[in-house]
Amino acid sequence: MTGYLIVSAVLLTCGVVCMASKRNAVGVLMGVELVLNAASVNFVAAAEFGPPAVPVQVATADAIGVGLDGQIAALFVIVLAAAEAAVALAIVLAFFNQHGTADVDAASELRG
Amino acid sequence: MTGADALFGVFAALACGGALGVAAFRSVARMAFSLVVCLSAVAGLFFLLNAPMVGATQLIVYVGGTVVLLIFGVMLTDAGVGRRMKIGLLETISMTFIAIGLAAALGWTAVGLGRAIPGAPVLDEEGVEIVAATPDTLRPIGLKFLGLGGESGVGFLLPFEIISVHLLVVLIGAAYLARAKRRVDATPETPPEATRETASDGLGEQA
Repeated sequence: MTGYLIVSAVLLTCGVVCMASKRNAVGVLMGVELVLNAASVNFVAAAEFGPPAVPVQVATADAIGVGLDGQIAALFVIVLAAAEAAVALAIVLAFFNQHGTADVDAASELRG
Repeated sequence: MTGADALFGVFAALACGGALGVAAFRSVARMAFSLVVCLSAVAGLFFLLNAPMVGATQLIVYVGGTVVLLIFGVMLTDAGVGRRMKIGLLETISMTFIAIGLAAALGWTAVGLGRAIPGAPVLDEEGVEIVAATPDTLRPIGLKFLGLGGESGVGFLLPFEIISVHLLVVLIGAAYLARAKRRVDATPETPPEATRETASDGLGEQA
């Protein structure tokens, strides 16, 4: 459990750093993907190692605690990440068509 | 040190290395490659966690779909090879501090939580750990989605439907957003044939 949580922490930290430090919009998107993957690693790890809902002696592979719920949450995360990437890339392409750059700092029309 | 531990070490190192590469590389093409390595290693972690369905979905949807989409984005926005966007020194320093703080907090939480939930191994009568041989999770996951056959009867039918409609809306919206724009000086009453011509012109210019 600890190992998976640490891997997830590393993924999330790298994703946040990537989101905050990249100026390329596609790079920011990659950071978002990393953060979402960290979340789904945690979900699946909790599904495997979570507190058992039934006694361990009679637990089967699909009856342990949060088992399938965690995996289903990870599936939802994957699908939502795909949808998010599609919409965000469409926005980036529209922005690129208008401005000729994918630099997020160039998107300053709404600055107050 | 079992084989699973060794495999976990390999996949964890690949995942962390890929994530560090995504955060560290300046070139977007290299970032995309690191992302492929990282996501594939995460899929391997899912397989190790007895979740072959999630692992396969990760490989198919993420590595096969989303990353290809991202690489197309890199190509179409022409940010890959030549130009490298620099960030300032102040941003680098502040990001380093934020990264160290976040990693320390998360690592501390992970170690504490991992101690609290040790993940008791399932033992048989002789005290040998039972390792499930490739659990059949596809059928339980499908039944759980539909709310059938579960012991609690609580399913995920409503989120499943919501996410289906959500995907449809997202795809239509993405296609609408990413369509080739008309010229700014073009009249809004352009007939559809002319719009299509302009669109193909725009694609040709980008290529």
